[in-house]
Amino acid sequence: MKLIDPRLSIIEKRLENIKRIIPVASGKGGVGKSTVSAFLALLLKEKNYKVGLLDLDLYGPSLHIFLNNSHSFPKEEYGLIPVNINNIDFMSIIYFTQNKPLIMRGKELTDTLIEIFTITRWNPLDFLIIDMPPGMGEILLDLIRLINRLEFLIVTNSTRIAMETVEKLINFLKEQNIPILGLIENMKIGDQDFVREKCNSLGIPYIGNISFYDNLENYYGNYNEIINSPISKEISQIVNFFA
Amino acid sequence: MHEWALAEGVVNTALEIAQNKNLRRVKTILLKVGEIQQIDLEVFDFALKELSKDTILEKAEIKYENFPAYLSCNVCGYKWSFYETFNKLNEEEKEAIHFVPETIHVYIKCPKCGSHDFEITEGRGVFIEDVL
Repeated sequence: MKLIDPRLSIIEKRLENIKRIIPVASGKGGVGKSTVSAFLALLLKEKNYKVGLLDLDLYGPSLHIFLNNSHSFPKEEYGLIPVNINNIDFMSIIYFTQNKPLIMRGKELTDTLIEIFTITRWNPLDFLIIDMPPGMGEILLDLIRLINRLEFLIVTNSTRIAMETVEKLINFLKEQNIPILGLIENMKIGDQDFVREKCNSLGIPYIGNISFYDNLENYYGNYNEIINSPISKEISQIVNFFA
Repeated sequence: MHEWALAEGVVNTALEIAQNKNLRRVKTILLKVGEIQQIDLEVFDFALKELSKDTILEKAEIKYENFPAYLSCNVCGYKWSFYETFNKLNEEEKEAIHFVPETIHVYIKCPKCGSHDFEITEGRGVFIEDVL
């Protein structure tokens, strides 16, 4: 008999108490997936939903900066219980790497993803928001392979350069019949409508846009300032799309 | 404990295999346990037995085969055993590797050329070899 990986059978069970699983993806880097993921989690939590946030950008995790938390460690209890930060259950590879570079190839990315899902025991959640890495490699493919009830939220910026790749991701997901909630146009500059028009032609909802904020980093780590920031007000309209 | 999370996977998978094989009762579960994950076999065995209660696995004998881990540098080709470098790790580093073995790339480098770009050729984690 071929050696069998016992972890695969447990992943769905680990997620059974989570109502909705929303990967925030783009295909392209630098468009604000992490910012959108973090704001989304905070604002859903503000609406009294139970929210989990998972940073799957294994090469470049960053949500811990937004949440101002990198020195905690998930509680050990028949696995690991995510770190609770301002009532958001948070899990990241950062807790295992001491913020040092983690280099990996191919199957090792797959194994890391499987391990994280195997050992993490999420509390019951209304939403699990997953911050996805750029690209269409192992993490995206394995997530799709292992979890069958994903609802993708796509993020782009206002440039044709980003949209060139984002469109490929959308087409790939559509071809695989994977639900797409819609697209958020982040860091919107100018008043051109080509992203919205592109959504129309691709047949996916244009959820809304978020302006470009050059002082966004001033809010990181400060919960009250984040909640009361202008970007929060814009994203809260997007949150209404979900809940 | 991490051992419980893995044991849950083993029990679930062993039950699936037993069902596919139409076994009415499982006599033996053969497991391969890789060195890198540093499984505490006593805890793991206890967890497996607890989780098997009231299932067709309950009285199964669980046989463990430990297999040593080997690493192979992708840059210079040097091959070495995990054991050689394991003792240089502190407790926190060992724990990180216990939870997510791929973090080995953070804490270990090739003894010959110093690269963190190497492959785990054997001995990563836990596998089921057979359910009888």
